[in-house]
Amino acid sequence: MGSSRSRMDDIPHAQQLIHETDFSAAHLLRLHQRFKLLDKYQTGELRPRDFGAIPALALNPIGDRIIGAFFSPGQETLDFPSFVRILAHFRPTDPNRSRDGTQQELANSRTRKLKFAFQLYDQDGDGKISRAELLQVLRAMLETQVVEEQLQSIAERAIQEADLDKDDAISFDEFRRSLEKVNIDHKMSIRFLK
Amino acid sequence: MEDVWAGALWALRVWLYLIVGLIMIPAMFGFSLGISETYMNILVKTLEWATLKIQRANTVERTLNVSASNSLIQRGNGSMEKELGELRRSRPKPPVGGDFTFSDCFYFTLKGIESIVEDEVTQRFTSEELVSWNLLTRTNDFQYISLKLTLVYGLGIFVRYCILAPLRITLALIGLSWLVIGTSAVGFLPNSSVKSWLSEWVHVMCYRICARGLSATIHYHNRENIPKKGGICVANHTSPIDVVILCNDACYAMVGQIHGGLMGVLQRAMVRSCPHVWFERAEMKDRHLVTKRLTDHVNDKTKLPILIFPEGTCVNNTSVMMFKKGSFEIGATIYPVAIKYDPKFGDAFWNSSKYSMVSYLLRMMTSWALVCNVWYLPAMHQQEGEDAVQFANRVKSAIAHQGGLLDLQWDGGLKRAKVKETFKEQQQKEYSSMVVGDDSSSNSD
Repeated sequence: MGSSRSRMDDIPHAQQLIHETDFSAAHLLRLHQRFKLLDKYQTGELRPRDFGAIPALALNPIGDRIIGAFFSPGQETLDFPSFVRILAHFRPTDPNRSRDGTQQELANSRTRKLKFAFQLYDQDGDGKISRAELLQVLRAMLETQVVEEQLQSIAERAIQEADLDKDDAISFDEFRRSLEKVNIDHKMSIRFLK
Repeated sequence: MEDVWAGALWALRVWLYLIVGLIMIPAMFGFSLGISETYMNILVKTLEWATLKIQRANTVERTLNVSASNSLIQRGNGSMEKELGELRRSRPKPPVGGDFTFSDCFYFTLKGIESIVEDEVTQRFTSEELVSWNLLTRTNDFQYISLKLTLVYGLGIFVRYCILAPLRITLALIGLSWLVIGTSAVGFLPNSSVKSWLSEWVHVMCYRICARGLSATIHYHNRENIPKKGGICVANHTSPIDVVILCNDACYAMVGQIHGGLMGVLQRAMVRSCPHVWFERAEMKDRHLVTKRLTDHVNDKTKLPILIFPEGTCVNNTSVMMFKKGSFEIGATIYPVAIKYDPKFGDAFWNSSKYSMVSYLLRMMTSWALVCNVWYLPAMHQQEGEDAVQFANRVKSAIAHQGGLLDLQWDGGLKRAKVKETFKEQQQKEYSSMVVGDDSSSNSD
C-alpha cells in the first residue's frame, strides 16, 4: 500500500539536510522519491547493485567508478542523507552566496567538485594519481578500442604535462592546477529545474 | 438456522438474477442500460470535488507538490564531441591527432550523476504518478483533510470492496466459464462460415462480460482502420487486460505460450473454436519455427488477424519501449493500435515483479473503474529498403505519437535484466576517436 510520493515527515533530519546542502525542500522531496525508486526492495538503503540497475549508468564507461564514489571505503550501503550530500556537490555554485566567509565549506564549491573527480582517478585514496591508476582509468574508458602501447603513451603524455614536481604522480594540487582554466562550475553542475 | 440458510440462498439467487438480467445480458448483446454511465458520472463528479477539497486544504503542501511527471533536471544536449571539445578549449591543441586530458572525465561524470538523479528508463517500470489524489490508498497515502473527505473515502472503500468487488468477481467468473463452455461447444461443429460466425460471437460476448467485470469504459477511435484478416495487429502493452480491451471490439487470434492450470484450460478451449497460435515452451526459442507458424497463419486469409505486443513486457503506459522485430519480418500488413489508460480511475499497469497475476486482478477489481482510449491507426507496410528494425521503429513512433506516450529506444527487457556490456562499446568507440585521433586503427611505430 502507499505510494512513491514522499512527504517531509518521511525524511529524517530534513531541515538539517536542507541547511547543509542548500537544496530546496521541493528538490529534497524529489530526491527522496528517487531514492525510494532506486531502492527496489525497500530496504531504506542503497547498494551498488541498485545503481547498477540504471541502464544509462551501466553504459557509462566510468559508471562503476561513479558508483564507487558514493560508498565510503568498506561501506556496502548508502543512506539517504549521504546520498543527498554527495549529490549536493553538483549543484551550481551561486556567486551571490558566501557563508562564514569561506567558500571552501560549501558542498558545491569548485574544490569539492574537483575532489570528486580526483577521487574517480585516485582509487586507492592515497592522495596521488599514480601512472598505474591513470592507466586503469584509460583502460576503462577506452577498453577494446585502443592498444596497450597507445594507452601507455597517452598516460605518459598526460602525466608529463601535469606533473610539476616530477614525482611521477599527480597530486590533488597538480590536478587542480592543470584544470585551472576549465569552467568547472559549468561542466560539473546539474541544472535543477524549479 | 434453516431460515438463515434459506434466506441466504434466496438473497444469492436474487443477486445472481439481477446480475444476469441487468449486466450480463445487455453486455452479451452489446447494448447498455445506462447503469455504468450513471456510475461513471457520479464517480467523476466525486473525484473532482475531492480534488478541489484537497487542493484548497493543502496550501502549504501545494508549494511542495512537485509532480514526478515533470523533469527534475535540465540536461545538456551537446554531443560527446561538442562537450569534450569545450572542456579542452582551455588547452593548446596538441600536435598529433587527438589527446587526453583530465577534464575529459567531467563529461562522463556529469552524465553519470545526471542519470542517477533522473533517467528515462527506471521510472517506466513503476506506476505513473498522479497529480492529485484519487481517493485510493494504493496511489497516495491517506491524508486527513476534512471530515467530509474522510467519510467519502470510507464510503468509497465500502462501495469498492463490498459492492463492486463481489459483483465484478462474479461477472469475471461467469465470463470465463462461458468462454470455456461456449468455445468448446462451438468446437464440435464442422468447419463452416456458421462456425466462424458463432465463434466470433461467443468470443466477443465473453470479453464484453469480462469488461463489465472490470467496469471498463472504452472509447474506440478511428474504427475504419480496424484490423482485417490476414494482418497483424500490434499494440503497446500495459497489462494482460489489454487483450480484453481490444477483443471487445473485434476478434483476434492470440499468440503465446501454452501455460498449465487455469490459463491452459482457457487456451485449449479457445483454440477449439477458432485457430490461435499457441506454442510449447521449447518451441518459443526456435525463431524460425515461430516465424513460420505466424507466416502460415497470416497467409491463410480466412484466419483472424494476429494480436501481438512487440514490447514483450508490460510497461507503465507513459512510454512505448523498443519493439522486438520478429513480427515485422513476416511481411504482412501491420495494423498499429494505441492504448492509453486514464490513471485517475485505477492504475492498470501490471508490475509483475511486485504483484502476482491474481493479486493484480483483485486490485483491478477494487479500483474505481477502468477508463481507456483505443486508437486504430492506418495500416502500415514495410517499405522498400527498410529493414525490420526501422519498420518496427516507425510503427512504434506512430503509436507513441497517437497515444501521447514517450517514444523510447530502450528495451523493455531491462525491467528484469541488466543492460548488455556490449552497449558500453559504443560510448568507448566515440570517446576513443577523440583521444587517439580519427585513424585509431593505424599503429604508429
